[in-house]
Amino acid sequence: MSKNEKKVTIIDEKTFPRVINRIAHEIMEKNTNLNDLVLIGIKRGGSLLKDRIKNAIKNMEGVNVLSGDIDITMYRDDIFKISPKHKIETTNIPFSLDDKNVVLIDDVLFTGRTVRAAIDALFDFGRPRRIQLAVLIDRGHRELPIQADFVGKVVPTARKEIVEVMFKEVDGKDGVVLR
Amino acid sequence: MVNKVNWLHKDLISLEPLSREEIIFLLETAKSFEEVLERDVKKVPTLRGKSILTLFYEPSTRTRTSFEMAAKILSADTINISVSTSSVSKGETLLDTVRNLEAMSVDVIIIRHSFSGASEFVSKRVKASVINAGDGRHEHPTQALLDLLTIWEYKKTLTGLKVAIVGDILHSRVARSNLFALRKLDNEVRFVGPATLVPEDFKKLGAKIFYNLEEGLYDVDVVMALRIQKERIGDGFYPTEREYAKYFSINRETINFAKRDTIIMHPGPVNRGLEISSDVLEDKRCVVLNQVTKGVAVRMAVLYLLLSGGKVEN
Repeated sequence: MSKNEKKVTIIDEKTFPRVINRIAHEIMEKNTNLNDLVLIGIKRGGSLLKDRIKNAIKNMEGVNVLSGDIDITMYRDDIFKISPKHKIETTNIPFSLDDKNVVLIDDVLFTGRTVRAAIDALFDFGRPRRIQLAVLIDRGHRELPIQADFVGKVVPTARKEIVEVMFKEVDGKDGVVLR
Repeated sequence: MVNKVNWLHKDLISLEPLSREEIIFLLETAKSFEEVLERDVKKVPTLRGKSILTLFYEPSTRTRTSFEMAAKILSADTINISVSTSSVSKGETLLDTVRNLEAMSVDVIIIRHSFSGASEFVSKRVKASVINAGDGRHEHPTQALLDLLTIWEYKKTLTGLKVAIVGDILHSRVARSNLFALRKLDNEVRFVGPATLVPEDFKKLGAKIFYNLEEGLYDVDVVMALRIQKERIGDGFYPTEREYAKYFSINRETINFAKRDTIIMHPGPVNRGLEISSDVLEDKRCVVLNQVTKGVAVRMAVLYLLLSGGKVEN
């Protein structure tokens, strides 16, 4: 990484929570019965985003929506090619997804392969009535027929560019930059 | 959490050459796989299309079933060769057997053999990954890893513990693997038993030697009883089984020498009434069956790391 590389801010610190609130609103609008709603974050960025959306719903409606986390490593289609550095994190869905309206949450939607793996994984926890997808950034370049139901921002990118999503819980501040 | 370990080993033969970080990484990976065992649907597609062979030259219930279970949960295909019904009984050598089996495109070969060094010998001569499931008196790495995972769960730490390993140390590959791993993680390892079964040379590898059970168990956090290996023991190691049990059996009285919240472990199979008594096996501090559950998670982690991480990234 060179020091004078250019960074473009896509979502700044002020706008970040507003975007999350809007996604939370849209999820509630489409899923009126919050008792059947389950939020599943894809580790790790998606999990952090899921916690934020869950909090936003709680602040607005006073409802603690059922939620969990999923690590998709065991379901990847490139498991024999990925870096040996890759670490498996613990999946945490201690309830059945039978007849639930699941919203799968990830920070960045790119090729769609992660989402494919996550959908596969979800079916090992029951038969959801519906699975929807919420992402903070849709950066294009899909390799599979997958699209998001709730999108924070659509950002046209070049394949080589990197979308970096920061959460204040781990990175000290919120924001999205393109480099 | 950024993980600093770059797992590049083709085989798992022994814990001796692994670093502290690699052992912790392996255990953390196993922890993540434990969750799969608690699901209703115990199946993930991770190792779909891989073939895993178990080749056991010695009897086994736990280890082989555990490896097979781990492989099947990860969607790999498994083949079990039991030597008594194979061409080994016609005089085929170990290497010839393995090379022929490898020619059938096997990805992992899991070997148990009565000769120390057998799995290492094979690993240097085949492309497939080799896992040592016990080689003579040398090592049994997955057993020590599952012991560590069990200790981690009950003691909430992997370091700074006092661990007493009691019994037939001389013939035990489990004791050696545990010694290497526990010492790397800065634990005190005590070998306890009669002088005939506890060689003093282990001091050089960092073990403390005790010939008296009360002294050996004093203040320990973990008591691990080892099986008296009747198939490897000849005459002369102890006068009678009764006398051995009198001085070294872990029972309702002797377990009180250890800390009150000690955990009691045994790698199995157990000689009830010899190295450990039946009432201690029923004690709520006894975690023998939890060790078995942890074994599946550990073996899933080992198979995953050898097959997915065993190559350098393009």
